[in-house]
Amino acid sequence: MAIEKPKLAMYWASSCGGCEISVLNIGERILVVDEVFDLVFFPCIADFKVNDVKGYPDAYIDLCLFNGAIRNSENEEMARLLRQKSKVLVAFGSCAHEGCIPALSNLTSKQAILETVYKDNPSTENPDGILPGLTEEVPEGILELPDFYNRVKTLDQVVAVDYTLPGCPPEPHQIWAVLQAVIAAFTDGTALPPPGAILGAGNKAVCEECPLAREEKKISRFYRPFEINPKPGKCLLDQGIVCMGPATRNGCNALCPVVGMGCRGCYGPMDGVEDQGAKMLSAAASVIDAGDPSMDEEELAQAIEDVVATLPDPAGTFYRFSMGHSLLGGVGIAASVKGDDP
Amino acid sequence: MNTRYEPVIVGFLCNWCSYRAADLAGMARIKYAPNMRAIRVMCSGRVDPQFVLKAFREGADGVMIAGCHPGACHYVEGNIKALRRVTLLRALLKQWGIEPERTRIVWASASEGSVLADAVNHMTEQLCALGPLKWKQNQCIGQPRPLPVEV
Repeated sequence: MAIEKPKLAMYWASSCGGCEISVLNIGERILVVDEVFDLVFFPCIADFKVNDVKGYPDAYIDLCLFNGAIRNSENEEMARLLRQKSKVLVAFGSCAHEGCIPALSNLTSKQAILETVYKDNPSTENPDGILPGLTEEVPEGILELPDFYNRVKTLDQVVAVDYTLPGCPPEPHQIWAVLQAVIAAFTDGTALPPPGAILGAGNKAVCEECPLAREEKKISRFYRPFEINPKPGKCLLDQGIVCMGPATRNGCNALCPVVGMGCRGCYGPMDGVEDQGAKMLSAAASVIDAGDPSMDEEELAQAIEDVVATLPDPAGTFYRFSMGHSLLGGVGIAASVKGDDP
Repeated sequence: MNTRYEPVIVGFLCNWCSYRAADLAGMARIKYAPNMRAIRVMCSGRVDPQFVLKAFREGADGVMIAGCHPGACHYVEGNIKALRRVTLLRALLKQWGIEPERTRIVWASASEGSVLADAVNHMTEQLCALGPLKWKQNQCIGQPRPLPVEV
């Protein structure tokens, strides 16, 4: 009888599907993955049902790559199910790690989101003002819908996570490096990294890998990417483009700054940082021109205020990927409706 | 029982000017609102925005950062760094619905005990008008980031 292969699963919760594409982007090496692993659940590329997973014994899946944030009760149910059925659960990509773009909605409430999407959008026609409910009676019986949560949670806020692979999406060369380490552990018995580790990334700032030259310049305004043609070879932050490089973990080879687009911050903060946005705020503030020393105190405050006013959305910019772990968490949700999140 | 709302102000005072201003206010027996909890830092530029966010998260109604006057910083321009950060931080906090008045920067030299006392009085009044923030009770806060693991 053939030796049983280790079992691999990959699941998407609240995500865009980019993580799956990134896994396939490891190229022909996907054949090695297929050779080593038995695929047991991977809705993006193979036809497995949730009931198949429910039928597996506990800890049946050796490696589960979980991408996507926890937006609704269905996401949470799947996270708990896959945790129960998996030996190693990996928070794969920025959504599972930090909440990513879906977690930006933590700056508003469930009610406001539903009102906008189902009532207030100019292209929406909903004269009866119907909002999605949890159950719906139809002739065939009662249909159930997942509960849309007030705030987006990261995977580690719902279940225990063994490893984290950051990035939006994780870079294929990093995915391959991690898969190789896992394959070695399953085939040669090499030790796996300690639980809780962040894999497939460095622990320095993106600036460490970035070839652009920093000159300690001061800026008189911030620019959005479409407002400026960056000078080649020069640090983007020096030119007034918000580049999250100083506050972001490296591992991507400074992919974005190299082509003139400020780092978005998708690899999350480095070890020891609690709040990536706060760290980036410090870095961005440090390039603001503080005017000249002859100014009196009010003029000075006004000069800085004027520069800050050119940055339209500081929260969305500095917390683009890390809202799920931000110190302040969600915004203004009254205690009375808070209770519906388990 | 006194049920008047007493706002909690966390004050980060710089070692060289504002903490001494607070000392002086005490020695001069200036009466001012007892709402500020003073934390001595070496420089107002030492105040990481994370400190401010944590103060709000843990129940502060307002945060005051006090340092030397511009041009008088013991470390040349730490206070200007603080001013740039606080200005940007106030814009950011507005998006969370935290009013700009809740984060304040004050310049008070070692001889200006009364300036610091007035600033605390003024901020206490402003916070009384705004009402309690009660961040933890009113918000859905996720669990904090797990501690880093050595690889």
